[in-house]
Amino acid sequence: MGEESAFRQEFPVTGGDFARAGKVSCEIKNLAKELGLSDRVVRRVAIASYEAEMNIIMYAREGRLNLSITPDRVRIIVEDSGPGIEDIELAMTEGYSTATPEMRELGFGAGMGLSNMKKNADIFEISTEVGRGTRLEITFLTNGQRA
Amino acid sequence: MLTLKELQRLLSGELLTPETNTDMDCSEIFASDLMSDVLAFMHPGSILVTGQVNTHVIRTACLADVAAIVFIQGKRPDDAVMEEARLHSLPIISTSCSMFEACSRISRFIPDGG
Repeated sequence: MGEESAFRQEFPVTGGDFARAGKVSCEIKNLAKELGLSDRVVRRVAIASYEAEMNIIMYAREGRLNLSITPDRVRIIVEDSGPGIEDIELAMTEGYSTATPEMRELGFGAGMGLSNMKKNADIFEISTEVGRGTRLEITFLTNGQRA
Repeated sequence: MLTLKELQRLLSGELLTPETNTDMDCSEIFASDLMSDVLAFMHPGSILVTGQVNTHVIRTACLADVAAIVFIQGKRPDDAVMEEARLHSLPIISTSCSMFEACSRISRFIPDGG
């Protein structure tokens, strides 16, 4: 199975929609499970996807997660129309956060999101433009392993 | 090994999901109100002890493979949150213990949290 026959699905996420937060990631987790990925990979994908979904909800107007799965890897491309990130190095620092009190009351915005996505991924790429948005490419190598 | 049933007794807690299995192993515990920390640091299969009672806790629990949740300070989630917990077959215990008291009691059996 090549790139062209990979499993693909797009999941739109609306900024500020805290009520639905996590729904997309639950769907992605279930899909990864159904496609027979190992528990370890499923959990890494679920956590990174949730962090990405929360970031769109907390900071952007709208965005989407594009999931693609081939026998060798899972990839989530996250694109949002948001404020962008001024200083990526600072934003990647554990504990650095620009979250509002409302976000913190829900237990989020502790400044772990980007670094946690990177920790769970095998390849993590980020590009951003201030005032326009952010794009993340999160790749998990599965080496064809199945549960 | 500490089972969920034993954990419930230890915390004088109430099992809010009587239909769930209480024989599961509870030898790893993670206590936090920060879902960010649950996502970043918790081992899969742990019991989550928390003072947060919103739906995000349930979704975080499902995504990060939490085995069961203990709500402290006598907190009880509302119907919508409980509905979501049942949907995911997630055992829920409510205890009147504070976070410190809950952790202190558990630590007599699991000194380092597992």
